Amino acid sequence: MPPILVIARLTVQESSRRRLLLALLVLTLVVVGFSAWGFNKITTVTNSQGQTLPSDQVAIVTSQLLIVVVFMFSGVLALSAAVVAGPLISGEVESGLLLSMLARPVRRSEIVIGKWLGLAILVGIYAAGAGLLELGAVEWATGYLPPHPIDLILYVAAEGLVLLSLGMLLSTRLSGITAGVIALVAWLIAWIAGVVGDIGTGLQNPALQNVGVVSHLLLPSDGLWRGAIFAMEPDTLIASMRALGTFGRANPFAAIDPPPIEFLMWVVIWFAGMLALSVWSFRTREI
Amino acid sequence: MAEVAEKTEAAASIEAAAGTPAVKTVELTKRFGGTVALAGLTMTVPRGEVFGFLGPNGAGKTTAVKLLLGLLKPTSGEGWLLGKRVGDLQTRRRIGYLPELFRYQSWLSAAEVLALHCELAPLPRSSWKDEISTSLETVGLTDRARDRVGTFSKGMQQRLGLGAALLGEPELVFLDEPTSALDPVGRHDVREIIRGLAARGSAVFLNSHLLSEVEQVCDRVAVVDHGRVIASGTMDELLGGSAVRVRATGLTQADKNALSSFGRIDDEGDLLTFAKLEADRVPELVAAIVARGGRVYEVAPRHETLEDRFLQLLEDEGK
Repeated sequence: MPPILVIARLTVQESSRRRLLLALLVLTLVVVGFSAWGFNKITTVTNSQGQTLPSDQVAIVTSQLLIVVVFMFSGVLALSAAVVAGPLISGEVESGLLLSMLARPVRRSEIVIGKWLGLAILVGIYAAGAGLLELGAVEWATGYLPPHPIDLILYVAAEGLVLLSLGMLLSTRLSGITAGVIALVAWLIAWIAGVVGDIGTGLQNPALQNVGVVSHLLLPSDGLWRGAIFAMEPDTLIASMRALGTFGRANPFAAIDPPPIEFLMWVVIWFAGMLALSVWSFRTREI
Repeated sequence: MAEVAEKTEAAASIEAAAGTPAVKTVELTKRFGGTVALAGLTMTVPRGEVFGFLGPNGAGKTTAVKLLLGLLKPTSGEGWLLGKRVGDLQTRRRIGYLPELFRYQSWLSAAEVLALHCELAPLPRSSWKDEISTSLETVGLTDRARDRVGTFSKGMQQRLGLGAALLGEPELVFLDEPTSALDPVGRHDVREIIRGLAARGSAVFLNSHLLSEVEQVCDRVAVVDHGRVIASGTMDELLGGSAVRVRATGLTQADKNALSSFGRIDDEGDLLTFAKLEADRVPELVAAIVARGGRVYEVAPRHETLEDRFLQLLEDEGK
């Protein structure tokens, strides 16, 4: 097996042996169970005439609640990715674990890419597993399935990968705690900057709008989150928000358009750049 | 025909490589900011020899090993391992390394750690089972093969690290303080392992503070201080002199200073060791001690030990 795959397998194996996967699975099942119960209550809500809500209204309410629940999932994923990626390289340099491995015929780039790949597989499994469970539970409870479920899972997974990539880059030079904290703060700042950008759109203020654009380019986590939101919204909701004009775009928990293709292309370049930077940074580090 | 020519060429290249030293460095230098960790290390370690690299803490021993393994980049100078320039990836297939400060994956078993290193080495999969069982047996961990490394004592982890360094019968093995966490039995075992490696024709580069250990197993040593080699040679070349050990009471510090004209004194209270003192001067020394009011209980002329020589070298260096 090539060294990259050996390192990737080792990374997945470590998460499994350290019971990280088990902890995430149990917590996910608990959250999905509670949210299924909560979503089911939407179908029992009655209006002033004592009638249950029509299906299009159930869809709108469900989509809004689903966005909040998925925001929590994406937050857990981003936080976990940052916390796990923070010490990914530095922890093993400090403990001396990498010394004997790097004395083997293994390139440093293979260590970096192998570790990224291993964690990327875990992020993908978590996003797909938790996403499908939650969407299945919501459909069972309310009959509502978001219009683009696969896109939703891909956007949430990509957001986790952004934090993983940033955490790993920082981990090639900084201690685990520092790298993890910086990655988390950067994620929150990017989200707030995205909200500022939305407000700028609503107020038609170019300076504020640019804050959002620049933050999406520097750390595309919020831009990808907007893609996830768009994938969860029913067409009726999008149509009504579009009718509000620019004001309808000023909501941090709403998206009127999917992320533009140029942005998605930039995300691919961004990932490649982060990996290249991580490899360069680790190759030039003295151990 | 072309295939035959190719094979002849490959055999010639292997033969040529076999004639090259296991380790060779020329003016290898490493600076960390303003601190000089290694100042122009020039040395040669022949193949099949056990080479002891000695020095006080912070002398640059571990830095030298890390430079040779490509874990650090030299500020200047050059180095070769097994005839190939330092950093050559393929050469690492033929090298074993036990780091000084290290840890293995605590969530893997001992056998799994060794399997991982077989895979990274990389050794043919068909040989893994034998390699792992031989290695575990050599370092005395056969009974703990399936136990997680996280449950191991420091000494057992050091044994496991040594086992990993021995996988694949390497031509050159770097051991950085291999016995620092071991009990006397473990130290004895390591000496036997090193002798076994030498008997098989492997070169061993041994970093150690334990001078008696080095003295027992090494063919050749280099003493390093402040990043420079201050002495090197075979044991015979380095330990040519004799020493005299005297147990005496009633001597003041001034008396001892005066007696240092007989040779450098290693002062351990009542126990004084005079370096480079020939046996025919013993009566003269005893008379001088008695003349100063000292009471002599024991006089033992002996060959100079590595420790005597090491301390003398460091003292000369400090002057």
